[in-house]
Amino acid sequence: MLWFKKRDYPDFWNTYSNHFKNKQDTNIETIRFVVFDTETTGLNIKEDRILSIGAVGITEHTIKISDSFECYLSQDVFKNDSVKIHGILKEGNHPKIEEKEAVKLFLNYIKNSVLIAHHTAFDIAMINASLKRMGLPKLKNRALDLGYLYKKTDLDRSTKSHFSLDDLAKLFNIPQHDRHTASGDAYITALLFLKVLSQLKLQKKITLHELESPISKVGLL
Amino acid sequence: MNTIAERIYDFLKGFPPFSMLIADDLLSICKSIEVHYIEKDNFLFKANEPVKDKFYVVKDGDIGLFTATNDLIDECDEGDIFGLRALMRQGIYLLSAKAIEESIVYSISSTLFENYIASNTEASKYLMSNLVSNYRKTNDDIQEHHFLGIPNNTGPVIQDFLEEQTADYSKNPITCSPENSIKEAAILMTEKRVGSVIITQKNKPLGIITDKDIRTKIATGLFSIDENVTKIMTSPVITFPKNITVAEAQIAMLKHRITHLCITKDGTVNSELTGILSEHDIIVIREHNASVLIKEVKRSKSIEDLKQIRLRAQNLLKRYIEQQIPITFASKIITAINNSITNKIIENAIKSMGNAPPTTFSWLAIGSQGREEQLLLTDQDNALVFDDVPKPELKKAKDYFLTLSKKITQDLNTVGFEFCPANMMASNPKWCLSVSEWKQQFKRWITSPDQDNLMLCTIFFDFEPAFGNNDLVDKMSEGIFESISYHQIFLNHLGVNALKNPPPLSFFRQFLVEQSGEHKDQFDIKARAMMPLVDAARLLILSNNVKAHNNTVLRYEKLIELEPQNKELYNDCLLAFKNLLRFRTEQGLKHQDSGRFIDLKSLSKANRLELKNCFKAIKEIQELILVRFNLSQFL
Repeated sequence: MLWFKKRDYPDFWNTYSNHFKNKQDTNIETIRFVVFDTETTGLNIKEDRILSIGAVGITEHTIKISDSFECYLSQDVFKNDSVKIHGILKEGNHPKIEEKEAVKLFLNYIKNSVLIAHHTAFDIAMINASLKRMGLPKLKNRALDLGYLYKKTDLDRSTKSHFSLDDLAKLFNIPQHDRHTASGDAYITALLFLKVLSQLKLQKKITLHELESPISKVGLL
Repeated sequence: MNTIAERIYDFLKGFPPFSMLIADDLLSICKSIEVHYIEKDNFLFKANEPVKDKFYVVKDGDIGLFTATNDLIDECDEGDIFGLRALMRQGIYLLSAKAIEESIVYSISSTLFENYIASNTEASKYLMSNLVSNYRKTNDDIQEHHFLGIPNNTGPVIQDFLEEQTADYSKNPITCSPENSIKEAAILMTEKRVGSVIITQKNKPLGIITDKDIRTKIATGLFSIDENVTKIMTSPVITFPKNITVAEAQIAMLKHRITHLCITKDGTVNSELTGILSEHDIIVIREHNASVLIKEVKRSKSIEDLKQIRLRAQNLLKRYIEQQIPITFASKIITAINNSITNKIIENAIKSMGNAPPTTFSWLAIGSQGREEQLLLTDQDNALVFDDVPKPELKKAKDYFLTLSKKITQDLNTVGFEFCPANMMASNPKWCLSVSEWKQQFKRWITSPDQDNLMLCTIFFDFEPAFGNNDLVDKMSEGIFESISYHQIFLNHLGVNALKNPPPLSFFRQFLVEQSGEHKDQFDIKARAMMPLVDAARLLILSNNVKAHNNTVLRYEKLIELEPQNKELYNDCLLAFKNLLRFRTEQGLKHQDSGRFIDLKSLSKANRLELKNCFKAIKEIQELILVRFNLSQFL
């Protein structure tokens, strides 16, 4: 049924979608990665909402601060509990935009980049839930998960199956000024990605495909 | 809105030149910064690669700059900038940048640099002086001046050369011949409105007559005005070559208690007179507070007067430091004032003894005071040497000098030079000896160089007569060299001692701070940075068999002369020592203490850079000592 509706999609979606028409570059030395993080009202994908999105681009192993993205979303559903964690009040200091506008800007920003987050599946599911509310299909981007990448390195000798961003930042000696702001977490994730990637490259020549986690392992948390 | 840029802003604003930029400009830079992660041993760029359109700032880690032959030239850590020189020069990189540890590095494009940094006067001045001082061995400076749009004759580096500024002197000295009468000379002086006349023969200076001579020798009726000028002239004159510095001139005048110096072609009395430099000329160049203080010392009536003068000298020092007067000049002035106070106290003490000393003696400043490197008001370190007397009279002589020394040290204490807690004072029978006893003592230390004796050598070998007979001091020096000539192995022990304190390798890692005690986590600038340079200079000068050079700066200057092949290294040591001495004095004045222990957190980035350069010099001189004295087998 989707093809049938396609022409009804808004322009921004079509523009986004067009980026995937041609064969995608998979050379990890040249492609653009977008490291992103969402802060949300909670962990329930259906009920909770995105409070903010922060993202930063990486090309040629370099984090480009000029290629970054940050937005705060106005809320209809608002849970007080999450304020304690994220410090984002409903009527906080940041200028807010509507969910629709935020998603539109985000798609326009990410284009066909490879997305990276810590526990990517959750962040992508949150974006996809937004898209669904707007009557749009899911994200088309390839995605990597930092936790999974870390487990692929020689550094992980533990039997631990789950690493929080705090754990990893500590392991890699990254100061954590801005934990729990979307941009701050995205930046820490970006630094971690560069570190993990250089570890993996020490081991052997790697392809984008090898970095991707098998579908079965993409759990929600 | 960009949280990440704000965090980068928070980091950069702590470091020059970014700290000098206005907030909006710095934030604009931060919004466009690129962040690189470099694994240990990986390169950011390599020598001979084309220069990238950016320069770098270290966020975390340690980046080494290497030559194409893999020699480490510089290490950059938190807040350090590199690649800027290459960016200005364009073309290819001359050095490689390799991560010594895994590092996070920011890069800033040339466009951002030009828009926000080069356009800021303060920031570009800082960069210029920083690049010039860090890389003075290369020839790119002129291009940088051009690039930054700063004329060549400005910038903070200039002040460092004030010391080398030559003194302006009168190039048309008024002269007369030895055949002239005193009256003729006085008429000449009156006509030319000058306070002095030089008596010359074949253009060479024979002597000088000043207003004072007319007053004290003619007006008093001692000589007739028809007598020959040679009757009342002071001869010989003190001569210097034309490139005499302001500092040298002032020192010479203080030392010889004169007001005029003759400038001759080759600086000796046996060459053509070319000019005269008067105290007034010096006053014109500098305020003359130091000489005023010394004059007041001479006129002083009580210990309380001297105490006040010493306090004023401290204020004078403070002003010298604030005005960036060269540190060696400041230390010479302070030493001269301290010496004149000591002299005054000794003269008074002798008077109060009732009877004259049984034989000649010399009062010695030892340790840092003997090296004339003590600017701050610290405790006294001194010793006394007296001429040999027949054995039956030795005890009596010693009793006299011990009593005298007690009076002197007591008065010094009252003036503000507190008693030495380790009792290294002439009032201690161990340090109040005849020449022969001193020689014996030195010989004992040299032949059995255990830890304690080596420590004593490092203090007592650096002596400078503050009062009295210089022959005795020369004999002491001879004693040292004689004993060493029979026990060359002593130099190896002294060498091991000089290597006791290796320099910190880099600023944040392995920066040696005290592990315990009152000064825990503070850096001991004396033991860790200054003493290694002092010890190295003493060792090298002793091994070169050179006498009468007790000052560390003079020692390195002498070493440069003796070993031109090591000129660069010795010069680095000399500069490092001057910087450290200034730094310690600044810290001491600021915190009202000895300046010895430094809280690392209080240091500015510029201070850190300066200290880092000092450590490099220490490392290199210690390597030279290790090799030269073949010490690897001793360590």
